Amino acid sequence: MAADLSLSKIVKQKSISVTEATQRIADLGWAPDYFEEILKYPTDYKVEKAPKDPMKQVLRSYFPMQEEKDNRVYGALDAALRGDMFRNVEPRWIEWQKLFLAIIPFPEISAARSMAIQGQIAPGENLRTGFTMQMIDEFRHSTIQMNLKKWYMENYVDPAGFDITEAAFGKCYATTIGRQFGEGFITGDAVTSTNVYLQVVAETAFTNTLFVAMPSEAARNGDYALPTIFLSVQSDESRHIGNGHSFLMSIVKEPENLDLLERDLRYAFWQNHAIVDAAIGTIIEYGTQDRDKNKESYAELWHRWVFDDYYRTYLLPLEKYGVKIHHEDVEEAWNRIVKKNYVHKVAQFFSFGWPVAFWRIDGMVEKDFDWFEAKYPGWYNEFGTYWENYGKASLPNQPPLMYLDSGYVYPHRCWSCNVPALIREDFCVDEVEGELYTYCSELCRWTHKVAFAGEYNGRPTPAMGRFSGRRQWEELYHGWDLADVVKDLGFVRSDGHTVIQQPHLHMEDSKMWTLDHFKGLEVRSPLVDLRAMSPADREKHIAEYQAGFTCKPI
Amino acid sequence: MTENVQQSGAAGSSTFAGSDSRRYNYFEPAGRRATLYEDVTVDVQPDPSRHLIQGWIMSFADGMPTYGDYTTAAKCSDWHVYRSVDQEWSRTHYQRQSHIENTIKMLVDNARSDGAPGRFDAGWIKVLQDHFGALKHAEFGLGVALMKAQRDGVTQMVNNAILTNASYKLRLSQDITLYLADVGLDIEIDGDAGKKSWMEDPAWQGTRKAIEAILAATDHIEIYFAANVMFEPLIGEMFRNALIMRAGPAHNDFVTPAVVSAASDDFRRNLANTITLLKMLNGDETHGKANRELMSGWVEKYLPLCSEAASGLESVWGLADSGELDYAGNVGDARLRCKDILTEIGVGLPAGMTL
Ligand SMILES: [Fe+2]
Ligand SMILES: [Fe+2]
Ligand SMILES: [Zn+2]
Repeated sequence: MAADLSLSKIVKQKSISVTEATQRIADLGWAPDYFEEILKYPTDYKVEKAPKDPMKQVLRSYFPMQEEKDNRVYGALDAALRGDMFRNVEPRWIEWQKLFLAIIPFPEISAARSMAIQGQIAPGENLRTGFTMQMIDEFRHSTIQMNLKKWYMENYVDPAGFDITEAAFGKCYATTIGRQFGEGFITGDAVTSTNVYLQVVAETAFTNTLFVAMPSEAARNGDYALPTIFLSVQSDESRHIGNGHSFLMSIVKEPENLDLLERDLRYAFWQNHAIVDAAIGTIIEYGTQDRDKNKESYAELWHRWVFDDYYRTYLLPLEKYGVKIHHEDVEEAWNRIVKKNYVHKVAQFFSFGWPVAFWRIDGMVEKDFDWFEAKYPGWYNEFGTYWENYGKASLPNQPPLMYLDSGYVYPHRCWSCNVPALIREDFCVDEVEGELYTYCSELCRWTHKVAFAGEYNGRPTPAMGRFSGRRQWEELYHGWDLADVVKDLGFVRSDGHTVIQQPHLHMEDSKMWTLDHFKGLEVRSPLVDLRAMSPADREKHIAEYQAGFTCKPI
Repeated sequence: MTENVQQSGAAGSSTFAGSDSRRYNYFEPAGRRATLYEDVTVDVQPDPSRHLIQGWIMSFADGMPTYGDYTTAAKCSDWHVYRSVDQEWSRTHYQRQSHIENTIKMLVDNARSDGAPGRFDAGWIKVLQDHFGALKHAEFGLGVALMKAQRDGVTQMVNNAILTNASYKLRLSQDITLYLADVGLDIEIDGDAGKKSWMEDPAWQGTRKAIEAILAATDHIEIYFAANVMFEPLIGEMFRNALIMRAGPAHNDFVTPAVVSAASDDFRRNLANTITLLKMLNGDETHGKANRELMSGWVEKYLPLCSEAASGLESVWGLADSGELDYAGNVGDARLRCKDILTEIGVGLPAGMTL
């Protein structure tokens, strides 16, 4: 017996290879004989080939790996508290997290639900473990973010806004943009929503800006908690991107899928750009106190991640399969960011709308102006007066800026991306099923009218979803008194009087706005007003809107 | 222009309206104080009947919104009351799953290095290969059905309870698969035999039929019910506990029973979650009666399937028995267990059916 006892035999135990393990696991599935499964979430795509799993994923190594990641995350939160992080954190930054962290857990958990749909439409079971892991990852992402938000609420100087977070998510004028994102992962055509909108575009193109750019900016603002959590979230994304690519490869070779892919890549890219760049661009550039001119601007980050890494190395190669890629859409998104000041206009809109927000929006000051001018030459000319006005009207000594004669015109909302039509010259309208709608851009008009319809390029698309509900937030409160609106929204502090949202960071009662300051001010819906106009008035209004506005000092 | 204020970001550094509001205040906790599970779970999936004032902003072509109670025939006055008994959120889920995987690894590694599989009775190895190997497909099928079902609940609490249940089942199916493959390096086990039994052996066709019925269901509450109220007590738990865990030691196998033992606790937790949800539905003042009738209809659909499955498996008991097994007694116990669960959730047996 001792003869074959060697050290290597004692320490080494053979296990089956990962390749064999994944083959065995994929063989757990079978084609049913007794009852036929009904596809609950259909697609107009032809989905017949089984997607492969090049990553060879197995649950028995997944769970311990994720547990370990969690341990690091929660350890880092404890360490941040021991290091007294909140003494030095920038309130300007944390305030914007009230918005961002209200939005993001729902898209995350929608992504988990999306895997239920994708798991069912994907033929074969090769990628089942990949979908399962993504499902559980997304469950992790939503709860880890809810937990981070709770931790901010417990430790940051002003918890108001965090305390109503999920209620605020369902009510606010800005969070509706994020809902569009989350609902799109699980509604309508099963391939459009789960593969193209979620994996191929949201995850592959835009998670870097979400989960890598945000952490860097957080750290510059003294927030060491968010980076640990978001980088941990992002470490799961490469698997999701892999799932998406495998699935895409399984459908791209079917010629009848090409026009639907063209449609969905256009819709998904444009809408992700409109939504993600609006939110993340604003938070990174207007939620920071760090004005180091050597750091990359959002536009620079976008060029690296979206233009180089995504468009050039991921989208373009799809052309060899015959997928038509709309280069002009990517070009136009870039134009909107660098030439048409998209992000700056979104920040301007958010801040203008502060009376119906549920976080504090700090104004831009001299130091900020310098940075913006350096990074975006011409910025001061276009936005300087606006932010000076914002600063002047930040204490409750006069009505909110929205009700002063400052030249800024409250914008129309885009029916498609839900961000307002801020690039005024691109504003357009159209009729769908006899009703008038407003859009931020030609592509958003196309998305509503052409892409989300029962037929596309002459072929029926019965599985495609529809835009529905009361998408235009302002219409909910058309004609209401602002004080009643804010009470109805529940954006009131525990004294029942002071509002949560403030256009400044003063943490003292005497400088804070109350419901009294909002009484007698009316909220109106631009869309309701537009629909009520005569055709001639409407035409005039549209022309004026497209001509833009000039801010003047208040 | 006002200058930016220099200000500590630490809690308590200033006092003003709302500066002490440090709890999520938009939902009613089940107990006196919200648990961590509730804080990270409640209202994450919004609902027009609560805070979602614009309603769902996307719909399917037929007008059905992103979520709605149209996805199940069960009705409820307030779905949001439900809390899972195991209070599972992602961190506790990973901790438990990881603990199970690590334990199985340690156990199987130690048993193999001690040469334990080489001492299994030859007849028993065949039972493991052909029949334990077939069971993994049943577990997988339940996992897939539950994974699909977690799309549709109208609250986060319902969907997450179904999600973790799916995760437990898929893990178990992989545990069995990889365990058989790993011990197959030490002893002769045909890794394809289990699938062959699952597809062809008459003993398993009833079970496969029952699983395929659950897979074909589209109502997520029906799937949750069929998995945990019908299939698990009548087939899954019975096979794992009464056959594998009891017969293993009699055939010199202490490893397989230990590998499968985590499934008992998985099921206890998932059953508790299920019973709590179904009790809530059946106790509903407005819809309770209709829900009980609905579920009685589900019993009518799944009980015959599970009974047929159980009779098919009798022959497997015959192969594994060396005096310690009692098929009739095991089936009787399983039916009693199912009956107890039905009693607990207030569902009566359809006319002409007995348990
Ligand atoms: Fe995620
Ligand atoms: Fe993801
Ligand atoms: Zn738009």
